[in-house]
Amino acid sequence: MTSHVALRGVSRIYPGKPEVHALGPIDLELARGEFFAVVGPSGCGKSTLLDVIAGLASPSTGEVTFESKRVKGEVPPGIGVVFQEDASFPWLTVHDNIAFGLREAGAAEGEVAAQVGYAIEFMGLKEFARAYPAQLSGGMRQRVCIARTLVLKPRLILLDEPFGALDQQTRLLMGDELLRLWRETGATILLITHALDEATMLADRVGVMSARPGRFLDIISTAWPRERDSTIVSSESFGRLTSRIWTLLRGESIRALGRA
Amino acid sequence: MTRVGFTRLFIILLAVGLLELLCRLGVIPSFTLIPPSAMAQSLWTILASGKFTPDIVTTLTNVGIAIATAMIAGIALGTLLQSWPAARRVLDPLFATYYAVPMYAFYPLLIVIFGLGDLPQVAIGFLLAVMAVIINTLNGLDRVPPVLLKAARVHRLGPLAAALRVRLPYAAPYVFTGFKLAVAYSFIGVIGAEFITSSRGIGYEISFAYNNFDNGVMYAMILFILLLVITVNMTLHVWEKRLLARRRRA
Repeated sequence: MTSHVALRGVSRIYPGKPEVHALGPIDLELARGEFFAVVGPSGCGKSTLLDVIAGLASPSTGEVTFESKRVKGEVPPGIGVVFQEDASFPWLTVHDNIAFGLREAGAAEGEVAAQVGYAIEFMGLKEFARAYPAQLSGGMRQRVCIARTLVLKPRLILLDEPFGALDQQTRLLMGDELLRLWRETGATILLITHALDEATMLADRVGVMSARPGRFLDIISTAWPRERDSTIVSSESFGRLTSRIWTLLRGESIRALGRA
Repeated sequence: MTRVGFTRLFIILLAVGLLELLCRLGVIPSFTLIPPSAMAQSLWTILASGKFTPDIVTTLTNVGIAIATAMIAGIALGTLLQSWPAARRVLDPLFATYYAVPMYAFYPLLIVIFGLGDLPQVAIGFLLAVMAVIINTLNGLDRVPPVLLKAARVHRLGPLAAALRVRLPYAAPYVFTGFKLAVAYSFIGVIGAEFITSSRGIGYEISFAYNNFDNGVMYAMILFILLLVITVNMTLHVWEKRLLARRRRA
């Protein structure tokens, strides 16, 4: 297994009185092209983990490497992030939102038009290319953010509860789209989610985190075929896997709830 | 026209009509106020003669310079202060009391510094306008959601690029409010300063007409300022509505 992303002894401690030990220490390796999901109780440091991997936050101890290079202080090229909150730019149209990163990277307008046109079509946003985010639903705005990330062809995509605000049906359909994207781009994906079924359905492996400070209690391999979609939720193994994750997580969730 | 707009127009026309009537009946003597129709006629004659065109151009140029410099300096300082919390903490109490300072009191000092030309008037306009831009820029930048700042970092934007491409565009509606205030304050500052020692400009001409009991010119120029400021403000209001409409949820 070629390590695409590696975390060694990574922890994150927020200074203050008292200091808050949010994460780790964590060791993790992601293979190139793997779909890895992280679940854990609220406040266990899932988003901190994503920030540290992306280079948006520095680890207090340990190190993160992406493609064998240490991630330090800034987001390395080749990493794309989709956040839980709406990160679309309200002053830009859907088209210009998606084109934002390409233009910043200095891509020629012809290339921008081609790439953005494809992404708009791919994400089912063709009718709304000239609309502003305020005119779209939450799910569509999230698709805009995903498209804005994908046109840059990241080799590592970090998703922080991207479907958190969506209803169950839309989440399943968005999950299908995400699987399709993953297959077509060949990117490595790390998905942070609080939805156990979502993690089980989408990921090759699911990392189950403890209550704060978040550590991996276990990493469960789903062994799904690469060609899969949301229909697997009705399979027997899906129920068994979700149940196994919940068994691990239940005690931690109660601990986290008690602390809150 | 909407019902509200119609009502507004009706009230204005009623007030103007009442004023016309009171002036024509002699209830208000002509050395105090001339009828609105006479003001309009006088304004038309003045504008057609071109007699005051250099004054109008001077005032509008000075107002334009005051607005432009206040916008550039206000946005730059607002952006700088927002990313420099220590400096902001020091300056915040001064910002709060800024408009308690009677700016015209500095007019002699400004003449010493800038001489007797147009610059003291521009400086007063600038000083009145710039703080509104700084405060509104800070207000807008404070509201940029952290997730957009993260998105800027993910797109590998440096501090300046992030300010120009993400933070300021997000803050644009607030900066626009600062712009609207800057326009109003610049008019007030420049025209007010022209009253004091300037030898040209709309303010100077109103003051000159007042000292010579020339109500025809004085009220015509006052009417001109009123119409000009109302037109500019209405244009900005429409522009602002269009800008905000894009960001409002459908």
